[in-house]
Amino acid sequence: MTVDADMVRKIAFLSHLKIEEDKIAETEEEFNKILSWVAQLNEVNTEAAEPLVSVNEAKLRLRDDEVTDGNQAEAVLANAPQKEYGYFVVPKVVE
Amino acid sequence: MSGMIIETANNKWEIICGLEIHCQIISKSKIFSGASTAFGADANEHVAFVDAGMPGMLPTLNKMCVRQAVKTGLGLNAKINKYSEFSRKNYFYADLPQGYQITQFLYPIVGEGRVTIDLPDGSAKDIGIERMHIEQDAGKSIHDMAPDKSFIDLNRAGVGLMEIVTKPDFRAPEEAGEFLRKLRSILRYLGTCDGNMDEGSMRCDVNVSVRKVGEDGYRTRCEMKNVNSVKFVMQAIENEARRHVEVYENGGKIEQETRKFDPTSGLTKPLRKKEFAHDYRYFPEPDLPPLVLDEAFIEDVRQEMVELPDAKKARFVKDLGLTKYDAAVLCENKEVADFFEKASGGRDAKKVANWMMGDFFAMLKDKKISIEESPVSAENLGKLVDLISQNIISGKIAKDVFALMVESGDNPEKIVEEKGLKQVTDSGAIEAIVEKVIAANPANVEAYKGGKTGLMGWFVGQVMKESQGKANPAMVNALLKEKLG
Repeated sequence: MTVDADMVRKIAFLSHLKIEEDKIAETEEEFNKILSWVAQLNEVNTEAAEPLVSVNEAKLRLRDDEVTDGNQAEAVLANAPQKEYGYFVVPKVVE
Repeated sequence: MSGMIIETANNKWEIICGLEIHCQIISKSKIFSGASTAFGADANEHVAFVDAGMPGMLPTLNKMCVRQAVKTGLGLNAKINKYSEFSRKNYFYADLPQGYQITQFLYPIVGEGRVTIDLPDGSAKDIGIERMHIEQDAGKSIHDMAPDKSFIDLNRAGVGLMEIVTKPDFRAPEEAGEFLRKLRSILRYLGTCDGNMDEGSMRCDVNVSVRKVGEDGYRTRCEMKNVNSVKFVMQAIENEARRHVEVYENGGKIEQETRKFDPTSGLTKPLRKKEFAHDYRYFPEPDLPPLVLDEAFIEDVRQEMVELPDAKKARFVKDLGLTKYDAAVLCENKEVADFFEKASGGRDAKKVANWMMGDFFAMLKDKKISIEESPVSAENLGKLVDLISQNIISGKIAKDVFALMVESGDNPEKIVEEKGLKQVTDSGAIEAIVEKVIAANPANVEAYKGGKTGLMGWFVGQVMKESQGKANPAMVNALLKEKLG
């Protein structure tokens, strides 16, 4: 699998990342390097291997339904570039 | 009932519709964090670092949310999947701090099910449930606090949701409306979601396409997101179907897209093209191993199941002799059904039903209060019916007693006693009044004897008036007939 310049632009759009036009070729090359590195796995014979969903074999632990967190608006908002009246404030986003 | 057909000069079109309904799970804390789900707190007060998408924070699944999902699945007559998995659905929006929603994709917790709806013509129809999965809600964006800014409150971020997906089984707007009412009723009986569409705890996405009658397969569909009332859902389906028909009839093509329903006009308009924006790049959630349920867990939830509206309705008809209609009205809401069962216990259930559906509901509506706030308790309504059955008061006086019960909250025996409203059943006393009325109205007596038998009603009225409504009407009738010959 390889990506082309259009795929790079699409992924950047979906991720809301700004990639300048003169960086597209470089990013495309880096994507493809990563992909071809991972693609080495295709060389392994997996004929008899069970599908692996997770490498974490721990069982999912369930939590009791109790309120143990929250009431810390100040801490939650601490890193917000902009905040007002206890809200995060962002540029207007209306679809 | 056959579905709605849109007829044009050359064609007959049928509507194909499916619904996706997001239902907020009733739980004290969020699905993946220990923050409260309570509504109405100050902005961002009910937020754990997990909900705010802080790096390194790990989700832990709330057992209650799983129980509620299993319970809902059982209520939808659906298959409970003992093995399910969580996935990340990636999209970028300001009220989704993680940049992805933890949801279930390939392996949902609930599989295929079925809900039966009753249609206005008395027939019933099964609506297929495709699946139901659990996921986290997003935060809330407020766009009207400043002209060029959006305000984000994450209190809702991470509240548990159940997303119920139906099969494309709806053929008319009314079927979808009836399904939503039925679903809401089931969820409220189960106590798994409060079902308030206007408060957003139940939100509906509507998928619509059309096809010519007799045509196989489906045509391209469009989706309307967040249509927030039963009425609007029905409007959206009909108007969107008509739009499709018009496009096809004019030789056009329907594009698969998400559209926005405008409640003011009832029409839909394009929002975004589906293929592009909906690239969610799902992948298995690395922070949560698969969810594996054992039989004991499911059985434990099954033990908590309550009698659902369909079963209750059938019992009211079969055991209590109510009409299907009365039973349906009394069962739609669990609180109403409970009230009715309390009020009718050991009595003529049909009479209690009549009182509830008449004066009692009219009173609630008039006072704009819920049944829980009723000044008349179930016990007292039952006692009022007893007083009528035992001939202690007449049906007419009972209406006055009911009004006094509404005013004071007192029990009806006390009111009847204090106000001296007991029915007069002493034939001597009634006879005296009858004679008095006859003596005072010789002209009408003549007319009656001359053949104007319609005057009987007038005589009864006069006697009742004279007795201040307390005379037993049957006895008044009999005595008048006797005296007037």
